[in-house]
Amino acid sequence: MPELELEAFTCERDDSPLFEPLDLAIEPGEIVQVAGPNGAGKTTLLRALCGLFTNWKGRFSWRGNVLRRPNFDMLDQMLYLGHHPGVKRSLTARENLQWYFGVQGRVTPDKVENILAHVGLAGYADIQCQNMSAGQMRRVALARLYATYASLWVLDEPFTAIDVKGVEHLENLIENHAAKGGTVLLTTHQALSIPSFRTVHLVPFVQGQL
Amino acid sequence: MSEMNLAQSSLSLALWINLKREVIVAVRHKGELANPLMFFLMVVVFIPLGISPEPKVLAPLAPGLIWVIALLATLLSLDGLFRSDYEDGSLEQMLMSPQPLAIFVVTKILAHWLMTGVPLTLIAPALGLMLYLPAEGYGAMLLSLFIGTGSLSMIGAIGAALTVSLRKGGLVLSLIVMPLYVPVLIFGASAVTSAVGGDKIGLEIAILLAMFLTAMLLAPFAAAGALKIGTDA
Amino acid sequence: MASWQWFHRMGSPKWFYEKMRIWMLALGFLSCAMIMVGMVWGLAFAPAELKQGNSYRIMYVHVPTAIVSMGGYYVMAIAGAIGLIWRMKLSFMVMKSTAPVGAILTFLGLFTGAVWGKPTWGVYWVWDARITFMVILFFIYLGIIALQEAYPDKDMGDKAAALLSLVGMVVVPLIYKSVDWWFTLHQKSTFKLTEKSTIDPSMAYPLILMIFATYMFFAWMVIYRTRVEILYRERKTQWVKQALLGPA
Repeated sequence: MPELELEAFTCERDDSPLFEPLDLAIEPGEIVQVAGPNGAGKTTLLRALCGLFTNWKGRFSWRGNVLRRPNFDMLDQMLYLGHHPGVKRSLTARENLQWYFGVQGRVTPDKVENILAHVGLAGYADIQCQNMSAGQMRRVALARLYATYASLWVLDEPFTAIDVKGVEHLENLIENHAAKGGTVLLTTHQALSIPSFRTVHLVPFVQGQL
Repeated sequence: MSEMNLAQSSLSLALWINLKREVIVAVRHKGELANPLMFFLMVVVFIPLGISPEPKVLAPLAPGLIWVIALLATLLSLDGLFRSDYEDGSLEQMLMSPQPLAIFVVTKILAHWLMTGVPLTLIAPALGLMLYLPAEGYGAMLLSLFIGTGSLSMIGAIGAALTVSLRKGGLVLSLIVMPLYVPVLIFGASAVTSAVGGDKIGLEIAILLAMFLTAMLLAPFAAAGALKIGTDA
Repeated sequence: MASWQWFHRMGSPKWFYEKMRIWMLALGFLSCAMIMVGMVWGLAFAPAELKQGNSYRIMYVHVPTAIVSMGGYYVMAIAGAIGLIWRMKLSFMVMKSTAPVGAILTFLGLFTGAVWGKPTWGVYWVWDARITFMVILFFIYLGIIALQEAYPDKDMGDKAAALLSLVGMVVVPLIYKSVDWWFTLHQKSTFKLTEKSTIDPSMAYPLILMIFATYMFFAWMVIYRTRVEILYRERKTQWVKQALLGPA
């Protein structure tokens, strides 16, 4: 059974579709890159799958359940990292991570120091994020990936503000996650150096075809 | 643990962790915490300057003035209620939680009340002194403000949620929330006036409580719905 | 399901636009005719009032606009609710068209109240229970319009305004009751603008006619504005192009 299945799926703005209707089936263990020119609706598509954008047409199912909005089980299995990843500047890295897992209804799975060590932030646990650089703040958000329970990752431009070594590390993590049967859906402007991934191209919808 | 129990325990975990975060964030922004109180004080200083310093003039106006200014101070603090969570993406993470959004809204309202309404209530006696509020009015003022500011926070949260994604939402927020505050203002101010006049205030307090409870039942869901609408872009 | 077909058909802007043309004409004609009859009857033929003389005649405008502005709020809120629940675009258009009509009727009620206040109380403004309530209602209408206009995205604006008008539906009766209570608390003179018990049938008949006429006028304006809104929002579709430019 595919993890995610889209049939004739498109997002609408101002009563017209953003991209040509999409048919897509993503199996567990797949890495899918959503590509397309600026304004083709990459972010909107990811947000629609997360239930954050509701003005879409078509059919959408998760593990065989046709859904209008992600249900409890799907949200429980899902991790979304958007342009603004939800890291509060006045909180410390520790408080941010504990809040993230708490909001998901989970206890933080590992010691915060261990999780942060994965993203090169060992010793930063009790520093307020407003005292960190943009890249470091981004890493606090990415640290979730090293400890999450979720199997479906939806990552919008995860490599923004990350240095070369960090990108390599993150690519390894994504590969490992897929190897364990997890699914990753991502957008990026960088070339991915992951050996096996699939690219889905969004074709901007041209007016006057209907 | 059965599935039901798991869902319940994770619900209370989410509720608790969010409340804790709200309080930490509020305490770290002490300046924002003090702003409504400063506003409250400053307007009270303006009133004798603009009207008259005579106790005879100020005393009858005091109950209504204190209530009106408390209402405006609450209004001033509402704009930021969901704004920072919207801007840094925390709100998206709450929407993506398997837990209902309304519980996060409840924690935010509760924190707002603790950080705005309760302090306003606590400094109100000082302002009563400055405006020569007669001694009989203090009990009623404390009680009515304590209950009433809770309703103000809840009703205001709906307005703040409706304007969360608007660039210049502050003015629209005041426009849409102020008419909704009318019943709270009427019964709150009237409770203090009645107490000053030596009347019983049971009716006013009962109605304020009834409005508080009704708002508690409806406002979190209305505000959660409004947040879903406001972020759906 | 067959029983639901009418409902879905009604949700189609095209259907509404075409079917409502005749209704619009009929309501426009009827309401104008009734307003003329009611006006002449009320202003020229109804007897003068004992205490107020002729100045009471402004009631024939004040009371109907006040009543319809309140009823109009519910029309708007219910249209918004239907839009939110059944995701029906047409009902958002109805809601959007109703708000300014309601606001203008409320303003007319306020204005005529002020005009009536001068000969009755000697001042243009008195914090009478009904007038105070209408001021607040006017601001609620303006708030809903302002919220809808503030959203650059029309779908979001529609939904936000609908939710606000639903919240208002709970609060408006509460405001009405509390303003009434507040007024009796502070009331010094017992003289209200209208006292229902003292009204004579010969004065009441034109009033009833005017209330009906104003409701029809309201319905006419709402349908008219909704049809304009339909044309604007559906301007990209083929049927609008055909309806406006004739078959290509």
